[in-house]
Amino acid sequence: MASEPWTPDQRIDALRRMMLIRRFEEKAARLRARGFIPGFLHPCIGQEAVAVGVCSALGPNDVLTSTHRGHGHMLARGADPARMYAELYARTTGYNRGKGGSLHMIDVDLGFLGANGIVGAGIPLATGAALQLKRKGSDGVAVSFFGDGATNQGAFHESLNLAALWKLPVLFVCENNLYGEFTRQDRHQAITDIADRAAAYGMVGTVVDGNDVEAVHLATREAVARARNGEGPTLIEAKTYRHRGHFEGDMARYRPEEEVAHWMERDPITTYASRLADEIGFTDADLEALQESVEEQLDAAAAWAERQPHPDPSDSTTDVFVDDFAGVALR
Amino acid sequence: MTRFTYADGIRQAMAEEMERDPDVFLLGEDIGPSGGVFGVTKGLWERFGENQIWDTPISEEAVVGAAVGAALLGAKPIAEIMFGDFVTLAMDMLVNQAAKLRYMSGGKLSVPMVVRIVTGTGGATSAQHSQSLEAWFTHVPGLKVVAPGTPTDAKGLMLTAIRDPDPVVYFEHKLLYGGRGGPAGDVVPVDPIPFGEGRVHRKGTDVTMVSYLRTLQHSLEAAERLAEEGISCEVWDPRTLVPFDYEGLAASIRRTGRLVIAHEAPVRGGFGAEIAAWAARECFGDLKAPVVRIGAQNAPIPYAPELENTVLPGVDRIVAEVRQIVDDGRSD
Repeated sequence: MASEPWTPDQRIDALRRMMLIRRFEEKAARLRARGFIPGFLHPCIGQEAVAVGVCSALGPNDVLTSTHRGHGHMLARGADPARMYAELYARTTGYNRGKGGSLHMIDVDLGFLGANGIVGAGIPLATGAALQLKRKGSDGVAVSFFGDGATNQGAFHESLNLAALWKLPVLFVCENNLYGEFTRQDRHQAITDIADRAAAYGMVGTVVDGNDVEAVHLATREAVARARNGEGPTLIEAKTYRHRGHFEGDMARYRPEEEVAHWMERDPITTYASRLADEIGFTDADLEALQESVEEQLDAAAAWAERQPHPDPSDSTTDVFVDDFAGVALR
Repeated sequence: MTRFTYADGIRQAMAEEMERDPDVFLLGEDIGPSGGVFGVTKGLWERFGENQIWDTPISEEAVVGAAVGAALLGAKPIAEIMFGDFVTLAMDMLVNQAAKLRYMSGGKLSVPMVVRIVTGTGGATSAQHSQSLEAWFTHVPGLKVVAPGTPTDAKGLMLTAIRDPDPVVYFEHKLLYGGRGGPAGDVVPVDPIPFGEGRVHRKGTDVTMVSYLRTLQHSLEAAERLAEEGISCEVWDPRTLVPFDYEGLAASIRRTGRLVIAHEAPVRGGFGAEIAAWAARECFGDLKAPVVRIGAQNAPIPYAPELENTVLPGVDRIVAEVRQIVDDGRSD
């Protein structure tokens, strides 16, 4: 196929990354259910192809903002699952030293500027990061992930206008999983293709099959090239579906069974595995071996996280400011 | 004679820092060729050009959000909110993002930015262009809050704000600017003024009057009038609300034994409440009289000058309140 972006090894790597994301979250959900992890967990299970397809098209100088559903983006960018688990466990060696949790995880070294607890808030932040990249003449681009729900926020519209006006090197990646929290897309906006909104701001908008990791990769590669070339932002709408509820504990009974069944058949991981079976002779045994290696990695990561130290209560007021003020001044 | 206004102070500080550090840049509505609604950024676009002066659409959330995002990558942006009232449109970016990112990231990120908020009444600018919202921001851990009352403080505190590694909300009172559209004043060298250091504007023995921004001028005028009646007022300006110079204020209260706090913001939930509560505990033994708070009435700022003058705390009200607590003490 002419449009094939990857060598066989790269394709297997993409599959492995998607499996890593899925198993990471399945395990996290189990750990949470058993009481090891406090707080919210918003799994992206079913949407792994978007994270992997986008991040595989980025370079080391690129930066990202994510969402409340951010584990996949972070893992796709190359984050360490052990430190992610440690953060979910609220331990000091976690990515945020136990002060952020799932909703705020960051990895500065990877240019991963953070998950975000506010729907749509990463969009202006990525726009501002792109502004600084442009000011500095960097070849980096900023990428902002967000869901369909976020496209009704003012932050989305203001940022797209600003980014197009200033031709900023930024990619707006909308993961349209058909639901804004519990509300189906046709009940929260009067359009079907969110990419249509790009035209209103004078930027390119593309719809892509968000369950096809290679299609996502190709669309991203094109948008990144445009951004690096000074041609400004792109809005990519990746159509996908979350297999589970809005958060762990949400049974998602608001979704018709046929709809869920339809999308389950289009699972980005199983469809890609069978495609690799057809196209490069990737066997069931290969898949099983991949599965095992992912599970081993995650078992070790979670076991490590569980042994990590809890924060000391005296750490509750550090990191409020860069230089902590002594004594009375800031109590 | 040197001409150096409050607006000159702010402008000169920004210009000097932009000169020193190309990562310092401005963004806001109409701040470019038109020089800003109040002329504060006049001449900067011509001098620093497009890469340091970003004229934005009317999009407060995107403006402040872009400043936060740029700051995360090491820029030192200064975002302008043309009228402080419009900051409500950018609250998520300030309160949930800028203020929290340092903490939420366990100290891995920092947000070295300044948000300039043009605050207070402008004279018949009415309810949506006149508010004093500084107390809101003091309530959010992670933000520093600056409120200069003089041209020198405006410049010195702006220099510090720009160099500060954390998000700083810088309030500037529109009636202090010192003329609009006139020629730029003389360049006056000012050193950066550390945050958390109050300033005694007038020494006194009977009462400590705490005021900032424009109300500082009112308190100084009131002190002048009260002096004629034999009441000696110490006028003290915190200059920054977060961090706050509690030690400086405690020293003043030890000298006078009385505390009056006057600000333009409404009394209820105003920053005066914070100071009063602190003093009630920490200075209890030094106080000879109840702590008094003076501020706007708990009403929106009205349009009609007669009503506006009634809502706002003026010199007369400050004089009357101070006279009463000092006289009460004397008649005992």
